[in-house]
Amino acid sequence: MIKFVLMVNRQGQTRLSRYYQPVELSRRAALEADVVRCCLTRKKDQCSFVEYKDFKLVYRQYAALYIVVGVTDTENELSIYELVHNFVEVLDKYFSRVSELDIMFNLDRVHIILDEMIQNGHIVETNKSRILAPLTALDKMADG
Amino acid sequence: MSDVVEKTLTALPSLLSLDSQPGSAKLSSTSKLGNLIRGITELTSKHEEEKLIQRELASIKEQVSSPNTSMRQMKELMVRAIYCESLGYEASFSYIHAIKLAQQGTVLEKRVGYLAVSLFLNESHELLLLLVNTVLKDLQSTNLIEVCMALTVVSQMFPKDMIPAILPLVEEKLNHPKEIIRRKAVLALYKFYLIAPNQVQHIHNKFRKALCDKDPGVMTASLHIYLQMIQENPEGYKDLTASFVTILKQVVGGKLPMDFNYHSVPAPWLQIQLLRILSLLGKNDQSTSEIMYEVLDESLRRAEMNHNITYAILYECVKCIYTIHPKSDLLEKAAKCIGNFVLSPKINLKYLGLKALTYVVQQDPKLALQHQMTIIECLDHPDLIIKRETLELLFRITNAQNVTVIVEKMLEFLHSNTDDYTTIDLVGKVAELAEKYAPGNEWFIETMNTVFSVGGDMMQPDIPNSFLKLLSEGFDTVEEDRKLRLFAVDSYVSLLQGEPGKLPQRFLQVISWVLGEYSHLREELEPATVMRLLAKLLDMKQTSSETKSWVLLAMTKLVRAGQVFQSAQEVSETYGSSMDTVLRQRAQELQHLSQDCELRARVLPQDAGLEPLEVDSSLSFLDGFVSEALAAGAAPYKPPHQRQEELAQAKALSLEPYGLSLPISMSSCSIADRQSPTLLSMSSGLSGDSTDLSHKGSSTTLKLDGVKRVWGREGYLAQREAVEEAAQVEVPSPLRSPSQQAEADSSHSQTPTPTPTPEPDQEKQQLASSLFFGLSSQSSVCLMGKSEPTPQRFRRKAKGQASSSGAAEQISNSLVSAPSAVDNFLCNNLLDSNITSQVGISSSEQTSELSQGPATTNGTCDTEAESTDGDIKGSNPSLIIGDNGLVAADPTPHKDPGSPKDFCLSSHLPAELSELCRSEITPLCSNQSLGLSACHVHKEDSLVLVVFITNSSDAAIRQILLDLDSEQLQVSCVSDSPVEDVTSHSVAMHQFSLTVKRPSVHVEVVGMVSYQLPVGTPQEVQFSYKLPLTSFIRPLTVSTEEYGTMWLSFSHDTKQNLTLISDGEEPLTATLNVLKEKLQLHIVEIIGMEGIIACQLLRDQPCLMHCRVHADVLAVWLRSPVPDLPDCLIYHCQRALQEH
Repeated sequence: MIKFVLMVNRQGQTRLSRYYQPVELSRRAALEADVVRCCLTRKKDQCSFVEYKDFKLVYRQYAALYIVVGVTDTENELSIYELVHNFVEVLDKYFSRVSELDIMFNLDRVHIILDEMIQNGHIVETNKSRILAPLTALDKMADG
Repeated sequence: MSDVVEKTLTALPSLLSLDSQPGSAKLSSTSKLGNLIRGITELTSKHEEEKLIQRELASIKEQVSSPNTSMRQMKELMVRAIYCESLGYEASFSYIHAIKLAQQGTVLEKRVGYLAVSLFLNESHELLLLLVNTVLKDLQSTNLIEVCMALTVVSQMFPKDMIPAILPLVEEKLNHPKEIIRRKAVLALYKFYLIAPNQVQHIHNKFRKALCDKDPGVMTASLHIYLQMIQENPEGYKDLTASFVTILKQVVGGKLPMDFNYHSVPAPWLQIQLLRILSLLGKNDQSTSEIMYEVLDESLRRAEMNHNITYAILYECVKCIYTIHPKSDLLEKAAKCIGNFVLSPKINLKYLGLKALTYVVQQDPKLALQHQMTIIECLDHPDLIIKRETLELLFRITNAQNVTVIVEKMLEFLHSNTDDYTTIDLVGKVAELAEKYAPGNEWFIETMNTVFSVGGDMMQPDIPNSFLKLLSEGFDTVEEDRKLRLFAVDSYVSLLQGEPGKLPQRFLQVISWVLGEYSHLREELEPATVMRLLAKLLDMKQTSSETKSWVLLAMTKLVRAGQVFQSAQEVSETYGSSMDTVLRQRAQELQHLSQDCELRARVLPQDAGLEPLEVDSSLSFLDGFVSEALAAGAAPYKPPHQRQEELAQAKALSLEPYGLSLPISMSSCSIADRQSPTLLSMSSGLSGDSTDLSHKGSSTTLKLDGVKRVWGREGYLAQREAVEEAAQVEVPSPLRSPSQQAEADSSHSQTPTPTPTPEPDQEKQQLASSLFFGLSSQSSVCLMGKSEPTPQRFRRKAKGQASSSGAAEQISNSLVSAPSAVDNFLCNNLLDSNITSQVGISSSEQTSELSQGPATTNGTCDTEAESTDGDIKGSNPSLIIGDNGLVAADPTPHKDPGSPKDFCLSSHLPAELSELCRSEITPLCSNQSLGLSACHVHKEDSLVLVVFITNSSDAAIRQILLDLDSEQLQVSCVSDSPVEDVTSHSVAMHQFSLTVKRPSVHVEVVGMVSYQLPVGTPQEVQFSYKLPLTSFIRPLTVSTEEYGTMWLSFSHDTKQNLTLISDGEEPLTATLNVLKEKLQLHIVEIIGMEGIIACQLLRDQPCLMHCRVHADVLAVWLRSPVPDLPDCLIYHCQRALQEH
């Protein structure tokens, strides 16, 4: 099961966070800082999965941006690792060549995309065109 | 594709500094959001961030509450608020506006409103109730996008209590022509299933429809529900195995549309999900597993492409193959697969391979042998994660032969580790291994010393507890036992002589307990020396007061030696005035017990560790005190939940903190029992051996079945032969240095520990041989090892079969003996068409009918019996009960009179019973000479079981003894002088009164009748009689006020939704009337959409029911003082309504 999805940059600033298990707001900043420290200290040739407290972190780096997913021990880490890439591919398709600023300026849209893919900590859709369908429909209605 | 993304993102840092970027084109750079983002990207310190966000929050706050803010602006404000919250600054003032935006906005604004709600609020937030109406409206909207949004938010969060309000709308969407709506409706139902499984119980067949949906997306969504349900109850869904297999086959075969592919692998995450479901279904089930072998084989074959995602599928596939019933060629292929993983140069794959191997070695430890050199390499891997995973693997393959090496590796890791979670976990594992496989006393104590000093005060409290329990419980020989304790004492004395200040508190507590209990074993050790060492602990600043009380108790035990009286007095004087009450009590005890030898011998007997401790858990010794208090006017005791409920219901001040404090203080008290010596010493002389501890101990050893235990209740049973064969190790001298002990260990355990050699390869080989010792008998590396016991799964299998065959036997015992064909023929001929429906009559009963029925009970008796029978059938169909449960109501009861046999036997019913409602008379068992039948009669205040004994032989049967027993029922004989003899061809009757001891949906009476024929030995016949709980239900006439007070005082309850009956009448009244008739309930009152009902379970065990109509379901809440009664009753209510 997925506990949370984080997008953090190399400076440790959170760009996006989505929790699938309740974590108090006051504890999130500390948790995120800790998680980022965990991932940033790792070298390129090291494993992309890290043990963190009683769960695991799966992280993937795209330029200066890290995407970190917290998962329970029973989850298949490699499938989550690829899920992250699928997510980035979807973003890339939507924004056509996504950048960190795209994500920042369209935080709401990125969240909407993520909501289509993951719900309640489970992967609910991975088909790119289907993930984007509701959002593109929204965009069309807003324009028209 | 990925390369493109990465290249793009690599260019980012340079983009950040530019003013106009492609990404921000959609937003004007002067917008407020743009400003915020620019502000955030330019931040350099936490302090600046705080200033910026506080300013931002103030500006958002001002704008959201302004009436002039348009929805478009509101949307932007929400995004800004989301930013602030994701940086950790609360923006709670905006929550209500998020709900408003979802309500009033259009399209994207609405979606952002819903998004903000789902990000801001948690599932129990009360503001969420305000969203219900918006969701309701959007679900009914004609705009599909709005329906979509509503369903999305519902599947993320929704207040549990409001589900009934939208459930019909969501269900309706399952038939929507658009796949996306159907898919989201299924996901919404999945959410409901997660938060309130009872509410969606009635739509299980709709889930099946979703599974068969023509759109793969809808089918995929339904798998979430199935995975969850199958996890909870695999037995219930075995019939779907073939469907899941077919789906997987199609997916693997590439039958899905292309857009489901990910890097040309067809729907990989769907495959993984299906494999998880299959492994749950095939676990411990050979026939189900056989269905999936083919598709698993194909999955393995298809996933040979070199891409991460195919490895993720392979991993799941391998796990599945090793979970289900084994098939050798699949296992072989899976093993090969794992080999590819662990040997891969890619570190992520290596990790996954180790994880798979860890899972697999539980079934097949030999597999670890094939990869032993890789495992050794991973053990020295620079990446700690790999190292950690390897230790996990080693933990699973540990046995008595390799335990020393593996524990050594784990301790090595522990010493360099800084993460608390890992420490706690590993320390627990080391302790477990040490207890299970310790090769010798010294090794065990040394290892536990490390565990205590490394694990410190973080480790699980049951580690020291079970350690002390092991020490105190002793072994098969007194000598072994003594040696271990002696060694512990020696080791601890030397530790205390070193630097005790560095030891954790928990360890010090263990040390002081052991020294107090066992230091007398070492004769040359002066009690004064020990006393001095312990006193040193008391003087240390960092010693906690809990530890001090352990030390004081240890001193109290030492005083029995007599010579240390003086120092004991000094200590007790110092702490006699301590502010800590526990400490003060310890000190007082020390003082008094050191003066009074007799008392001390009684309270703290020496070497009493093996005597069982009597604990009066009923606290009967307080009975006198209680009755005195009651006589003096004290209120009788009420259990905490009852008290709390009364307080809450009486609308007194909210006393929740007090209500809560009770259970908490009790639990903390029980923890103290285990940890501090206080209570233990008071109640017994043997602190280590309270019943509490034995519970604790058993809980830690639960997982061990199938694994050989070396340390156990009986103590150290380690391959004694092996130890003896090994170089005889003399009893250790008291103060041996650790290095000497290590040497002793290695020789003792017979395990070749690695010795430094010039060639590293050889070193590894040696390490391997010691690590994998005992894993395989045919291994080239370790010929001496003996193989592990057979994997657990096979063992469990065999057990299951044994028990099921046992059950079958039982069933056949209680079965009615089947009538032979000849009997049937006879019966048809003689009794004509009347009897054709009655097949299950046994020969003896027929004989009795033939000889006696027609002759004696002709005419009057016949009609009387017929009318009784007809009455029952007409008025109360569910009361006619056969041995196998309910007999379906007969639509034309009067035209089809009951079987003639029934009349004959019923004529024997006493007059006062024959008028009453009763069940059909059912044959129980019979043989040539004797037949047994029974029925139950519903009296107003009791249930009478009538057993008829028919003598069908030509001789009298004597000394009949009827003995009934039941787990759930109290059975008492009604007849004053039970009939013992039955003359030839006549019927005797026994009456028993039944009351319920323990409610259950169906209750059963088992019985045995023994009798003596004129010739031959005494005979025995066994039988059983099953009846539903409803037979014991009677109406309970109470007023609404009485109902109110009773409701509050009952503690067991259950809630469930029932379907309403709607045939003409007002549905609530109609439904309640059906329940009333079928289950004998009393309707107290119906007010509007609510109804209250009362009934009692014989005798005098009330159960109250509260019903309320919600949409088209009846929400029922049952309460009773009797556990399980509400659950059983709700079952019968469901049945009654279904049958209607």
